[in-house]
Amino acid sequence: MTELTVAGLSKAFAQHPVLQQVDLTVPAGSLTAILGPSGSGKTTLLRLLCGFERADAGSIRIGGRLVSGDGVHVPPEQREIGYVPQEGGLFPHLSVADNITFGLARRLRKQHYRVPELLELVGLPASYAGRPPQELSGGQQQRVSLARALAPAPALVLLDEPFSALDAALRVETRQAVARALEAAGATAVLVTHDQAEALSMGQQVAVLWQGQVAQVASPATLYRAPASPELGTFVGEAVLLDGIARGHIVSCALGELALAPGMPQGAVRVLLRPEQLRLGDAGPVRARVLDVTYYGHDASVSLALLDTVDAPRLNARVPGYASPIPGAELALAVAGDVIAFAR
Amino acid sequence: MHEVASPTRTTPASVPCAASDVTKTRARRGRGRGWGRRSNAPAALRLSAALAAVLVLLPLAWTVWQGVSYGWDNAVELLVRPLVGELLWHTVQIVVGATVASAVIGTAAAWFVERTQLPGHRIWGVLVVVPLAIPAFISSFAWVSLSLSLQDYAGALLVITSAYYPLIYLPVAAALRGMDPALEESARTLGCGPWQCFLRVILPQLRPALLGGMLLVALGVLAEFGAFTLLRFRTFTTEIYAEYRASFDGAGASLLACVLIVLCLLCLAAEFKVRGGARYDRLDRGTRRNVTRYGLGWARWPVLAGLTALVVATLVVPLGMIVYWLTQSASAAVSPADASFDLLLDATVNSLELGAAGALLTTLLALPLGFLLARHPGRFAHLLERTVFLAQGIPGIVIALAIVSLAIRALEPLYQTTALLVISYSILFLPLAMVSVRAALLQAQPRLEDAARALGLNWIQVAWRVVLPLAGPGLGAAAAMVFTSIVTELTTTLLLAPIGTKTLATQVWVDTSTLAFAAAAPYAALLALISLTSTWLLMSLLGKSAVLGARAAGREIEGVR
Repeated sequence: MTELTVAGLSKAFAQHPVLQQVDLTVPAGSLTAILGPSGSGKTTLLRLLCGFERADAGSIRIGGRLVSGDGVHVPPEQREIGYVPQEGGLFPHLSVADNITFGLARRLRKQHYRVPELLELVGLPASYAGRPPQELSGGQQQRVSLARALAPAPALVLLDEPFSALDAALRVETRQAVARALEAAGATAVLVTHDQAEALSMGQQVAVLWQGQVAQVASPATLYRAPASPELGTFVGEAVLLDGIARGHIVSCALGELALAPGMPQGAVRVLLRPEQLRLGDAGPVRARVLDVTYYGHDASVSLALLDTVDAPRLNARVPGYASPIPGAELALAVAGDVIAFAR
Repeated sequence: MHEVASPTRTTPASVPCAASDVTKTRARRGRGRGWGRRSNAPAALRLSAALAAVLVLLPLAWTVWQGVSYGWDNAVELLVRPLVGELLWHTVQIVVGATVASAVIGTAAAWFVERTQLPGHRIWGVLVVVPLAIPAFISSFAWVSLSLSLQDYAGALLVITSAYYPLIYLPVAAALRGMDPALEESARTLGCGPWQCFLRVILPQLRPALLGGMLLVALGVLAEFGAFTLLRFRTFTTEIYAEYRASFDGAGASLLACVLIVLCLLCLAAEFKVRGGARYDRLDRGTRRNVTRYGLGWARWPVLAGLTALVVATLVVPLGMIVYWLTQSASAAVSPADASFDLLLDATVNSLELGAAGALLTTLLALPLGFLLARHPGRFAHLLERTVFLAQGIPGIVIALAIVSLAIRALEPLYQTTALLVISYSILFLPLAMVSVRAALLQAQPRLEDAARALGLNWIQVAWRVVLPLAGPGLGAAAAMVFTSIVTELTTTLLLAPIGTKTLATQVWVDTSTLAFAAAAPYAALLALISLTSTWLLMSLLGKSAVLGARAAGREIEGVR
């Protein structure tokens, strides 16, 4: 069963196209992350889903009901959606409990309907109900905002970069709390983000929006391991790109002969592998010199120059922190796992 | 499993006060308390700052003391009269009427200008605040000269509302501009239609701005004198003047003034409460999208018609009538009297001279106070600040009357001198100057001075090369604002100008009182011209908000940026 179906959605602002022919389906009860660089149109897509803007063409169906398209434009208040804006958007004049019950009927508002339950769902103590939102930290505000969106039991929850304003440590914690709450509520959710780690860790499905178009919709693992293009590959995560020749299940490049994932093009190709696939060793045919090391503790990013090759390409490897080499050292390189290739 | 908002404390004893610390910090924020310096101000500075505050408090104290010294029985006899009841009824009627009308007009205008796709909203945004630069007694002259039937309550309500609604418009418009659009969007997705959204989300957030503005209007209406006299609408201020004219230094005027003071202090206390209490801090920190403007559709025509009517009533009629009477011969008015060029020149020179002298003295008096507030914030400086603001809620007529009475009793040689008039101006406009002077001195932060000293400059060089360039424009602005206020001031000038000293304001008053409209027109025209151009000049030099905020009764209006 699908909860959200977007077909051929287009939107332009002052003749400048922002979204072109966007198609997307979101299965019920799942979380889909829409990942895109700034200016890719992801916020516009979300605002069209909410009904804050009108689409130029295409249709949006929520739970089977047409809410946009064919001359129909259902205003936001009748779409039965939950919306979590960038910085929570809590009403500063209302307490936490009044914020949570804002979207309910007056009778339910008065009895603070399900407030303790929703607070628990988002991982906040019930004693927070009476507090003004000013006394909450950014992460707590986001959680209350989610509780507010979930209170009327919407068909679809839309989250607009909900963690971007939080600092790193808080972000991870809030992310987990939000993911848990959405799962516990059985909600269908769409999360818009520019943060790759966030999209990969939270979404059961990730849709990459690229220059106003959906470039790929896939599971996080597929997206990371087999991106649709080299550009997507480098956007989704750090990548090593090398030219090579593919024959059968083998591709030969500056790193030697590497195992190729199934179903890849043949002949002149561009090879993509991830920095953590590179293994540093003492002996081996492929030699490299360490140019620079950025040490993070748990791991390190190592900048390398290949030796004994014509154009000496530079590449980055990611190694565990305890195995971080010294700049200037010469060592051997090996590749673990399959690599993928794109026709050149 | 929730984040700890406050930093971890080492001593368990300090944990319980963490919450109250937060509230205290919030209460102090924005009071110019900075850099963690303790108050170690030089005695001379404290003394001269205190002098200014005492000077401002003097008329208030004198009036109250006089009122008290009449004794309870006499006071009851003088106050429990049908006349006082009638005045109270009139005053309450006009204060409530004008405040409510201003609130409705100001909020509606702000909404349409800031939040709808109103054609030409930029121009409307300027037109609706211009009336602030036209003194109410000038528009009274215009309306009275248009039709003598426009007197009494209806006329007073019309004139007062057109003069004071910008005091609501400005803070409300600023609040609407600063509102986070995510709030409205959230409300929409939670099932609120546009109208419900306005009632449940926008209006509650406008409350501090709206209430603060309404109390400013109420204070202004309570203090209004010139317009009510010309419109023959009797309130406490006009009656105090009448009593003063009848008995000069009688008990009646003082006691009526005491009643008026009580009314003003009630408003002032309410305003303090509103400003200090319900301040809805914005929750978001980052940059936001611009607010969304709603399409008006067919409703744009009635809205445009309404705004046009507003501009006609507040600007076109007053300025148009002045121009009309400028072109008429004297005989067209009810009382035929001509303006003579010599008199006009004399009045203009007097107005400008008084304005300049008053601006200089007021700024000089405000300097130590502003310096103390900017550099040595603390209990003492705060007390002085409060004192000055307290005095600001007192109507000009009360201050002027107290100074007359003081001069007669205690300072006989000063009575009927220009010096006393200039001092009175300073007392009246010190709060206005203080706000700007303090803001100007805050521009020159002590760490910049420290940096300059470390670079080898002595304190004279620091003053010349660092403090003056940074604070200079603000000090100039303070002086210029006081100057404009003095030139357009009527009440104090009327009571304290030495016999024979005529100013533009007093001439408009005298000629309009005798229904010699053609004679009043040139003075009114010059006054409006000076007020409008100086406001415009200040606005283009310093930015709209600084000037309008200060002109709007010289206090920091919540949210005007």
